[in-house]
Amino acid sequence: MKILVCISHVPDTTSKINFTNDNTTFDNNGVQFVINPNDEFGLTRAMWFKEKQNATVDVVNVGGPETESTLRKALAIGADAAFRVNTAPTDGFAVAKELTKVAQDGGYDLIIAGRESIDYNGGMVPGMMAAALGASFVNNCIAIEIEGGKATAVREIDGGKETLTSTLPLVIGGQKGLVEESDLKIPNMRGIMMARKKPLTVLKPTENKTFTASVHFEKPAPKGAIKMVDADNIDELIDLLHNEAKVI
Amino acid sequence: MSVLVYIESDNGTIKKAALEVASYGRALANTLNTSLSAVVFSSENSELLGNYGVDKVLTVDFSEKFNAKVYADIITQAAQKEQASVVVLSSSADSRYLAPMLSVGLDAGYVPNVIELPTQTQPFTVKRSVFSNKAFCKTEITTEVKIIGLSNNAFGLVEHAVSPQTESFSPKIIASEITVENIDKATNKVSIADAETVVSAGRGLKGPENWGMIEDLAKVLCAATACSKPVSDLGWRPHSEHVGQTGKPVASNLYIAIGISGAIQHLAGINSSKVKVVINTDPEAPFFKAADYGIIGDAFEVVPKLTEKLKEFKAQNA
Ligand SMILES: Cc1cc2nc3c(=O)[nH]c(=O)nc-3n(C[C@H](O)[C@H](O)[C@H](O)COP(=O)(O)OP(=O)(O)OC[C@H]3O[C@@H](n4cnc5c(N)ncnc54)[C@H](O)[C@@H]3O)c2cc1C
Repeated sequence: MKILVCISHVPDTTSKINFTNDNTTFDNNGVQFVINPNDEFGLTRAMWFKEKQNATVDVVNVGGPETESTLRKALAIGADAAFRVNTAPTDGFAVAKELTKVAQDGGYDLIIAGRESIDYNGGMVPGMMAAALGASFVNNCIAIEIEGGKATAVREIDGGKETLTSTLPLVIGGQKGLVEESDLKIPNMRGIMMARKKPLTVLKPTENKTFTASVHFEKPAPKGAIKMVDADNIDELIDLLHNEAKVI
Repeated sequence: MSVLVYIESDNGTIKKAALEVASYGRALANTLNTSLSAVVFSSENSELLGNYGVDKVLTVDFSEKFNAKVYADIITQAAQKEQASVVVLSSSADSRYLAPMLSVGLDAGYVPNVIELPTQTQPFTVKRSVFSNKAFCKTEITTEVKIIGLSNNAFGLVEHAVSPQTESFSPKIIASEITVENIDKATNKVSIADAETVVSAGRGLKGPENWGMIEDLAKVLCAATACSKPVSDLGWRPHSEHVGQTGKPVASNLYIAIGISGAIQHLAGINSSKVKVVINTDPEAPFFKAADYGIIGDAFEVVPKLTEKLKEFKAQNA
């Protein structure tokens, strides 16, 4: 079985979000980048398939040279080989197109992406990829098993979950649940040493077709001051929620 | 030309989020000087759509369970039939599932998490939230057909009575390699995605045995229950209740946080809720900086009292 894990290179969850160039560009200054958390759950599940079912696991990112440290981390966690498509990930569709090409060329059975990247929160790359590949797609995937060329997956739905079966190839939009938080692996020294010797291939982008353009960023207006209510005066809270906030 | 909205139902009843999408679609159709069509799969109350300005209702002649690929293809056909220039969907799990496939099917740019009407139509520019609500981004959609994913509770319901024309729609049904084997859904509970109010609790509750009071409070408020990440990691509550940056997003009208410190990753996921109330023993808890109303106090005393008082309030205002 061949697995491709799509790795998005995103600001660490504690990052301060700022913009430069007249609020047209994200400000990388002082920002620590990590593997997108949703992708990390998927990568860890891929490691399970590698261990138990002898799968080969490749990772791919669409981005500039600065993302290679993130790909090396994925190799240190245990992926076999990495690809970087050398272009700025300007919109979800463009990224999905590049990933589709890599997925087609590699003939993967299972393609794991995250349900969304925590930077632009687009949540569209895996679905677009599946549509472009003509592969099946399960979003918000919280469990996956593969047996005899067939996949059984669980999808989180609003208010519950749904169990699905599918043929391969299959694309999933993964999230926590694919593995538990405690299953996530911090790369060890041996993994880091081995990662240096694993192949990281830089690929040329195919086309630069985009659907959208991010033109301007802004930050939310500062929040008004909090109103404190005394713990012995619950009536006041109810009054505020009813008459002022009008939410009850 | 038209604007097309995808109307979702739950057990045959149109969802509130779908009526919000219709309200938005109406306003957008007015801006674009065009008409509003809706595509509806199965619902008993589609006449309701006339109250929200839908000019034409396409009732799809297809009664099988939700399958994103099949539904995306049907909506693609509906958009083509209606010559839609914009398709609007909600932020439900199902809408987010099918929207990217619809985007490829229609060769149409898709922007999710949109919070208001387009800021301009030439070029067509929408404002969406990014970086888990820590920023907004004005985004141009450069394709001829556009797809908008509307954030929950961002636009609200706007009544606008018209008499819609209804039409039965029999699309071509494509095959899917995916089979739904089983759906496990609580029928008597509001989901976090659909709830107007969410009651959320954190590690301050000390253990799973103390959630009874959280459920009681949620019940009086007809609210969904949620929790912080460590609470789900510890197995005190199911993962499906985990909210925040790596859990479910919350965009409710009222969010009540009990015994939750307000870590940046928690706040990122719940920040688009309109009104936030925090109950915490620690006056230094970061949540107090992010909330609208706060009580410094012990959840074990405050929550039962709040529930009792709310019961009285509800009885008086029924
Ligand atoms: C990559 C990453 C992603 C993350 N994603 C998320 C996410 O999506 N969602 C999320 O929630 N977290 C997330 N976290 C974790 C986050 O950083 C915090 O650790 C977590 O939110 C803390 O949960 P808590 O507030 O329940 O617990 P704590 O931080 O332990 O806070 C408990 C609070 O309860 C209060 N308290 C104690 N006793 C009482 C009482 N009797 N009455 C009232 N109050 C009381 C305390 O004063 C304290 O403020 C993430 C972390 C990382 C690194």
